[in-house]
Amino acid sequence: MLAWALVSTMYALHQDVWFWREARPLVFGFLPIGLAYHAAYTVAASVMLAWLVRRHWPTNLE
Amino acid sequence: MIPALVVFIYLAVVLSIGLFARATSRGGDAEDYFLAGRSLGPAVFLLSLFGANMTAFSILGASGHAFANGIVTYGLMASSSALIIPLSLFAIGTRLWALGKRHGFMTPVQMFRDRWECGHIGTVIFAVQAILLVPYIVIAVMGGGTTLAAVSGGLVPYWVGGAIVSLVIMGYVFFGGMRGTAWVNTFQTILFLSFGAIAVAVIAAGMGGFHEAIESMLASPSTRPLLTRERMSPLYFFSYTFIPLSSIAFPHIGIFCLTARRLEYFRRTIVLYPICMLAIWLPSVFLGVVANNATNVPALAAKIDARAALAAAGPALAPERRDELRKQASGDDVILKLVEGYAPLWLASLLGAAVMAAVMASDSQILALSTMFTEDVFTFYRGTERFGQAVQVQTGRLFVVVLTVAAYLIALEVPQSIFDLATQYAFAGYSSLAPLLVAALFWRGSTKWGALAVTVWTAAAVAAIAILQSIVPAPLPGASVPILSIAGVDVITRSAAGTTVMGLLPVVPMTIISSLLMIVVSRMTAAARPGEAALRRYFTESRHSA
Repeated sequence: MLAWALVSTMYALHQDVWFWREARPLVFGFLPIGLAYHAAYTVAASVMLAWLVRRHWPTNLE
Repeated sequence: MIPALVVFIYLAVVLSIGLFARATSRGGDAEDYFLAGRSLGPAVFLLSLFGANMTAFSILGASGHAFANGIVTYGLMASSSALIIPLSLFAIGTRLWALGKRHGFMTPVQMFRDRWECGHIGTVIFAVQAILLVPYIVIAVMGGGTTLAAVSGGLVPYWVGGAIVSLVIMGYVFFGGMRGTAWVNTFQTILFLSFGAIAVAVIAAGMGGFHEAIESMLASPSTRPLLTRERMSPLYFFSYTFIPLSSIAFPHIGIFCLTARRLEYFRRTIVLYPICMLAIWLPSVFLGVVANNATNVPALAAKIDARAALAAAGPALAPERRDELRKQASGDDVILKLVEGYAPLWLASLLGAAVMAAVMASDSQILALSTMFTEDVFTFYRGTERFGQAVQVQTGRLFVVVLTVAAYLIALEVPQSIFDLATQYAFAGYSSLAPLLVAALFWRGSTKWGALAVTVWTAAAVAAIAILQSIVPAPLPGASVPILSIAGVDVITRSAAGTTVMGLLPVVPMTIISSLLMIVVSRMTAAARPGEAALRRYFTESRHSA
């Protein structure tokens, strides 16, 4: 259940309408916030997937 | 001429990798040639699977798209893929691997035939998958010819360049099979990963830092929108999240899932896949965006001028002039132009090799088609039974030659625009085929007739969009032409970027209708459900460990 909730939340967070029309603040002085958000989102996806494969690995398939 | 020499050295290296893979082959049976004996290690599995997903479109198209559309490109194509592709590997790829290992499947169609106890419906799925894959191979040959002609300053003509690239790809796929292809993909991925960071550092130094470039873009009304997403509707943005569903449905990705030695190797691939996406796409997109500020590079200034002229032109613009401006404004080579403008010759030479690696990413698709033809057609219609496995492998190799030669001849004769159109909607087609895998692996009630309905619907939808787009020419940027309106609501609209359905990419209704067809038709044909023995092979071990 927690896994479904996490995956659904990540999917919803992709639709970041809150940074739609903003370029500032510039992260590290040059990355527009909309781009920096999605770069951070990519890292967050990796962290969530690490949790998923650790907790819900289909060992029965081995 | 130095960039051309570096590219030739690169081509020699990848050909040698294929020959070396042949020398290390273990036995030479079909499983060894087509699946590297299901023996790929963790690093090669990760890098080659990722490399197989990275086409010329991913590398060159990303920066070209960002040049024209801005930072939105990353959210559209990279971050959604960074979530959905590893999830599909987790849920579907691992099961494909286990079933392949247990029952000896070498292609997705073999599994579909076994799962739904069908024969010729599997052949229909094979045909649709193959038709959607062929344009990529033709595009790669065209890209190879164009790139060699460009890096040699025209000394290597297009037809010679295309022939050289075809021969090299054919050579390492022919000799090396899956092992050679996986090793070449690994080498190419390492090249992409290294190049992104170097290119960013060198171009940043050449431009005098990115902070000034971005501030300058923010100060100009024409470039400021490229640093936000204000020109795109949130609905259109959302619809792009359906595109990565195509990845696992592409036969070459499904077949790659069968090559890992152990299921354990999927773990690292799933976790690191988003990081690889970040490492390649963030530099590609960012450089594509800042290229809009590199007006001191004449080639880029010419593109920006052409785009401005196109935007300012009214409907009276002659179609020939419009096409000419579109071609001039095209951004697929912006990274090349940036490096030419700011980087030393050695980096420009390395870039030529990286671009060549990108356009040659069709190798796994050629091998997949060869595997599918020999397994889903030759073996299924009793060829292996009559002639033996050695003939099966030779047939696979012959198919690689015939396919590559045919792709080369087509590339010489047919305009690229036709294949651009075909590849534009192949992703949508494969997303629409994804319910086949989900139903086969997770729904006991699915039937072969449901699978047939999904396949026929996908083929018809892709053909309909391609025909529509070839009949109705693209309007000028910013304009849209309603094709079908009901009660004052525009249902189907043609815009410069393509076709939309109620403001969404066609992939959304295609995939939803595909899923509904699978459910409705399977329920209507419940009597055609496979027997308990077949179902037991798929559903007895469906529980995950907690």
